[in-house]
Amino acid sequence: MAPAQAPARKPRKRWTRFLLPTYTAGFILYLSFPIFVIILFSFNQTRTGFGTAPRVKTTWVGFTTEWYRRLTELPDLTSAVSHSLLIAFLSALAAVALGTFLGLALARYRYRGRSATDFVIFLNISAPEVVLGAALASFFVSLAFPRGMITLFLSHTMFSIPFVAITVRARAAGLDSSLEAAAMDLGAGPIVTFLKVTLPLLFPGILAGFLLAFALSMDDFVISNFVQGPFTMFPTWVFGATRVGIPPHVFAFATLIFLAGVILAVVQLATQRRER
Amino acid sequence: MLAMVSIALQEGDPLGGFRMTWRFANFADVLSKNQEFIVRSLRNGVIVTVVALLLAYPVAYWIAFHGGRRKTFFLFLLLLPFFISFVIRTVSWSFILQDDGIVLGTLKSIGLLPEGSRVLGTTFSVLAGITYNLLPFTILPLYVSLEQIDHRLVEAAKDLYASRAQAFVKVVFPLSLPGVFAAVLLTSIPAIGDYVNASVLGGPGTSMIGNVIQSEFLTTRDYPEAAALAFILMAILLVGAAIYARVLGTERITT
Repeated sequence: MAPAQAPARKPRKRWTRFLLPTYTAGFILYLSFPIFVIILFSFNQTRTGFGTAPRVKTTWVGFTTEWYRRLTELPDLTSAVSHSLLIAFLSALAAVALGTFLGLALARYRYRGRSATDFVIFLNISAPEVVLGAALASFFVSLAFPRGMITLFLSHTMFSIPFVAITVRARAAGLDSSLEAAAMDLGAGPIVTFLKVTLPLLFPGILAGFLLAFALSMDDFVISNFVQGPFTMFPTWVFGATRVGIPPHVFAFATLIFLAGVILAVVQLATQRRER
Repeated sequence: MLAMVSIALQEGDPLGGFRMTWRFANFADVLSKNQEFIVRSLRNGVIVTVVALLLAYPVAYWIAFHGGRRKTFFLFLLLLPFFISFVIRTVSWSFILQDDGIVLGTLKSIGLLPEGSRVLGTTFSVLAGITYNLLPFTILPLYVSLEQIDHRLVEAAKDLYASRAQAFVKVVFPLSLPGVFAAVLLTSIPAIGDYVNASVLGGPGTSMIGNVIQSEFLTTRDYPEAAALAFILMAILLVGAAIYARVLGTERITT
């Protein structure tokens, strides 16, 4: 790879050239280290005593695929995972439906309160999650609305909307609006134009927004913890389990979710690249 | 849109909502009672932000300037941790750092560490955990601003006899400042509000303001106190964020 600096000066500084790449590699390794550990230890055996539930061991005992076979053994955990998937799917759908229009509006129109909308988006992204969680929970409490699946769905949709809006806005900003004008000239009404021209053109942005919202929802712990009530999610279940010890099934689930996420992301990146 | 507006309302909402006694003294009570946690959270936030910036900047720099055609791939690697919920990553760290775990156990058996030494439960492990979790948020804005820098500017500086260090200090770094500002914001705010690391990796005496809010709300169910605390935290951070937004403009950060 061509060095960015002029090659003529300081040819003796040879070893320092490797300093930054090595550091970067180390950094990336450090960032993904816990993931390797999770994946590795999801294949670890545990010595179970009689009558005690299996817990992950901090030392390597031996290779096994046992936990993948016994994946759905713990009903609480399994339902927590399915809750997470369900909420992630539903809230991502809702966030996409609402966020697309917000993103489009932000990209296209200069309306009164636009900068206010901008600021609220910014606030929502940058506000600490504890505050958001506490605010949402007190909102539901003050309405005497029971916390559970519905509040989770509403909260997750809410915090995903800005991210979808930003993704869609980025896509819409690069869009040629004369295409819409052309469609209108050819006799298409505003609705037909939107469905046949705008929406397909925005689709990659919308899809990226959907995946982002899905990932955010799956990842979220803090807000779920505040608004979930008795409807336990995967991360909150794991958090609760830290006190008593983590069953190995958690690592197996985490590994599967991780792999699914990576595959989805790779597919998404590949389709984006092909488009360009 | 409606949801957006309602968030803005909700942020102010928790105050008097439960008991309409308009007890503004709540704020003073809460503030004096939890001063320790607030101070600790702010201190942790500052340390984490500085450390994360120092750690992340060289990586962002290298990828932006020397990443070549594999930039996307490197970014993808950096974002890899996001595919596992951060609670589980934190749990994984607590697992790694167990007293007899992979790291400490090994070091102890070689004899590099005394038997009784531990990392979990200390301020260090909490800080390390928060830093770890926020590094991607630090690195992305840095990368974005460094990536936009025209390489010809650096070459021009060198043609004008600037050394590599001078070119960096006088050209590259000033141009990356917007990214630094955004990174500071995106790192410090979640760092101050974090409570997962403090409760998974920390011990007694490492609790942060987020822990208090969480336990007041979910365990003690003292809603007004939790809400007042959350409001105070929000107010502190909003002042900071508003100053930043004034300097930068919000568009730079949200796009």
